[in-house]
Amino acid sequence: MKNDENTRKKELVCGNPRIWKDPPGAMMYCSGCQHPVIHRIISEVLEEMDIYEEAICILGVGCHAFIQVSWSIDTLSCAHGRALDSATAIKRLNPDAIVFTVQGDGDCLAIGAGAFIGAMTRGERITTIMYNNTNYGTTGGQLAPTTLIGQKTTTTPLGRNPKLEGYPVRAAELAADFEGTVYSARGSVNSPANYKRAKKYIKKAFQKQIDGLGYSFVEVLSACPPNWHLSPVDCIKRIEEEIIPEFPLSEIKG
Amino acid sequence: MAERMFVQGNEAVGWGALYAGCDGFFGYPITPQNEVTQWFASEFPKRGKVFLQSQSEVGSINMLYGGAAAGFRVMTSTSSPGWGLMQETISHCVAAELPCIIVLVQRGGPGAGSIRHAQMDYISVTRGGGQGGYKNIVLAPASVQEIHDLVQLAFYLADKYRNPTIVLADGILGQVSESVDVKTIDFGPLNEKDWALRGIGKQKDGKCRLINSAAGVLPVPPYPNYISWLRHMDEKYKQMEADELRYETYKAEDAELILIAYGYTARVSKETVNMARLQGLKVGLIRPITAWPFPYDIIREKAIQGCKFLVVVDSLGLLIEDVKIAVESRADVGLVSILDRHLPTDGGMIMPGRVFEEVKRLI
Repeated sequence: MKNDENTRKKELVCGNPRIWKDPPGAMMYCSGCQHPVIHRIISEVLEEMDIYEEAICILGVGCHAFIQVSWSIDTLSCAHGRALDSATAIKRLNPDAIVFTVQGDGDCLAIGAGAFIGAMTRGERITTIMYNNTNYGTTGGQLAPTTLIGQKTTTTPLGRNPKLEGYPVRAAELAADFEGTVYSARGSVNSPANYKRAKKYIKKAFQKQIDGLGYSFVEVLSACPPNWHLSPVDCIKRIEEEIIPEFPLSEIKG
Repeated sequence: MAERMFVQGNEAVGWGALYAGCDGFFGYPITPQNEVTQWFASEFPKRGKVFLQSQSEVGSINMLYGGAAAGFRVMTSTSSPGWGLMQETISHCVAAELPCIIVLVQRGGPGAGSIRHAQMDYISVTRGGGQGGYKNIVLAPASVQEIHDLVQLAFYLADKYRNPTIVLADGILGQVSESVDVKTIDFGPLNEKDWALRGIGKQKDGKCRLINSAAGVLPVPPYPNYISWLRHMDEKYKQMEADELRYETYKAEDAELILIAYGYTARVSKETVNMARLQGLKVGLIRPITAWPFPYDIIREKAIQGCKFLVVVDSLGLLIEDVKIAVESRADVGLVSILDRHLPTDGGMIMPGRVFEEVKRLI
């Protein structure tokens, strides 16, 4: 197939989203990591809803933040856990912008818990996509608020013990409990069917922001092969057999 | 056209910000600066500007990080414990080159300290209190008028250098009321913020903008690597030092003893100079208006001429370190400190009479 200008001008039926750089720079992800899959969903949604020109993405700190070098929408990379504070100010000052945060489970639920609760309390008209891989991927697989009971991490070498480290936090259910939250859902990308469902959730979340209704939140489960010490295929099996029963997939609110 | 008003120092922060074209204020309640937050809450929304009470001072400063990145003039105000909480993201603002204003109405410390005036944050303010070592221009008003004026200058300097600027007040200046001319001060033209995040549809060149605070991880154009970016930052700090030094001298020309003070203790010191002059004592004052950059050269010049110095500051010293650096052991440097307050409580103040006692002892 000829890779000339004519070919590229034709309708895109497969390949990278248009808002990804070509080539999309250094996608710094491990084999089998599902973060880029979630990035892709967000990118497709921004394109299909035709809102990428107004979009401002606010990133936390963690593997999810590597998207900043790969897509071509306006992006702010924040202090660890503070994306929702920065997003709040941008949306308040520039209400016409489509403002969304991309955060990991540690960024949003541990160090960023205060900002998360604050944004939901105020019902900020912004959207969060939280990637849940049940550990801190970037720093080598430590205990996260979402780590499952018994899951071994580098800081729970004997497995998460609820008497010492407590219980997994179900962020989507927590978010749904706030009146300021108008939409909350949990999706996964472990199968084509779930990919489509997750995409539908993310689309709805952005629509709630466009409608000016309040805070919208989508949690998406993501595989982390090196820190789970599993092959990519076994990671998908773990998501189906262990993680989804603990973190059920559904629209919890909205 | 100036409007003459009789306002409190904390309120003058608001008037200065309004006339500087501030777009948004983000703050958290803390004494003794609550009038600042309350002023913005009542005056900003009705003018179509943003006021938001954050969930913490950590929230406030990260809201500034976002608002500044989106190209708006944004500010917060706090007192000493809140200042401590903000350090991490002030450092991020410097690294991401985001202009914003932090007004610090100092109170007693350390810890929760007191809820009344003091001048105990000098070192963390002037040295870059957060991680990584950096510089912020620090403007230290000594009157309500100057609070109004320096808040406006702070916005200009922040935009000029793409760097946070600190306005360093204290509980006394915040609470005192004086007559003020309220008006917009023109400091000259500034570059357009073509680096700001607006959504690519609103970028003139249609290209995306990326702002991050990790130049050593992901190179920030046009700097190809971490050290070239650090060199750029170093040059910026040096330019600030060269171009933005501001200080006031008062009867220092023929002085044998020079008082060094900023903020409310500078007002006390000026009064002391007047008392001394009435008795024929050659006493003067050098008042840093920028606590950073610090007026080392003029102090050194006076030391070479044979002057003695007396630092007057409502802390355990702090400011004296800069004066000692300036004089390079050429002159004696005395100190009137928080231990010399007229009452041994949080309400005690450094009074002109006590400073004058020390002046007579040294001269």
